[in-house]
Amino acid sequence: MRSIWRTLDPGLVRGIALVCLSVGAIGVSYGAITVTKGFPLWFPVLSALLVLAASSEFLFVGIIAAGGNPIAAMLVGLLVNARHLPYGLALPPGVLQPGWRRFLATHLMNDESVVLALAEPDLPRQRAAYWACGLGMLVCWPGGALVGALAGNLVHNTDALGLDAMFPAVILALILPALKDPRTRNTALAGCAIALVSAPFTPSGLPELLALCAVALQLRPGRNARGSRGTRDARDAQQDHTPSPEEVGS
Amino acid sequence: MTSRPTVMVALLVLSAGTFAFRFAGPALRARFAFPKRAEDLLSTAAIVLLASLVATTGLTTGHGFSGFARPAGVLVGGVLAVRRTPFPVVVIAAAATTAILRLLHVS
Repeated sequence: MRSIWRTLDPGLVRGIALVCLSVGAIGVSYGAITVTKGFPLWFPVLSALLVLAASSEFLFVGIIAAGGNPIAAMLVGLLVNARHLPYGLALPPGVLQPGWRRFLATHLMNDESVVLALAEPDLPRQRAAYWACGLGMLVCWPGGALVGALAGNLVHNTDALGLDAMFPAVILALILPALKDPRTRNTALAGCAIALVSAPFTPSGLPELLALCAVALQLRPGRNARGSRGTRDARDAQQDHTPSPEEVGS
Repeated sequence: MTSRPTVMVALLVLSAGTFAFRFAGPALRARFAFPKRAEDLLSTAAIVLLASLVATTGLTTGHGFSGFARPAGVLVGGVLAVRRTPFPVVVIAAAATTAILRLLHVS
């Protein structure tokens, strides 16, 4: 475990700490919202520890608080969390170490730990970023939920603080380096379009999974010839000067 | 609210199912040898998922539009991130923009 800290450079440690702190802040709003909706104090903390996936927990609690069936809430939560399967496929083998640690590492898989690991150039750094971010989230998400649950009504209007803008902003900042590649960016923009068009008509969680259809764009014949990569990228870069965050403002 | 035992069972199944999703990806990846091209596609798929998550959590609430305050905050965060502003400033600016717009009654 000590080798993780030796592998991480100070900049990355700072970045991970801030990701975890912002997740903690979202956890505060989760805890507060949950107890103000009539759940016991321990509920948001327990669910944060066991599920460790924010958006599915917000939905689960929201559906039950609105009088919905717990089974329906569970199914929606599972649909939202289905994206962890493609995340696990994308992680290079070896990031999750073998042996008993494997089970903890599996539990630590989430949006932030996966994107931080994928951004690193080699296996030791990928592994270090994944573990550090995952362990930080395991502390900050339930910890934030506990603070929020204790503060309860004091902070129940978390929308006024703009906390709901934090999660998309964090993820956007983390994927920006990957979006510099024109092909990845175009595929991601197509995925965003699919998700947004389907969002009004499909249950939560499905729009993101449907967005994966955009990956099929990269399977088009003629686009995968390795030899022409340099020229193609240069051409794409000329055609496409769009700054990547435009998708969120459209 | 419905009976508490049902809620607890639902929570436990959600936890177990989520763990199963997390477990399945690396297990499949360890079992089969993927060509380089497939590996590239898989990491693109993860970025596409994350980008679409930014779009849906940034722009929608339930099945409708979230209002302008949140996407404006995310956009400010995104622009600052492109300009290599330090990460804490990006996140705080996003939340602050949204909070100020709501204070000014821009939903």
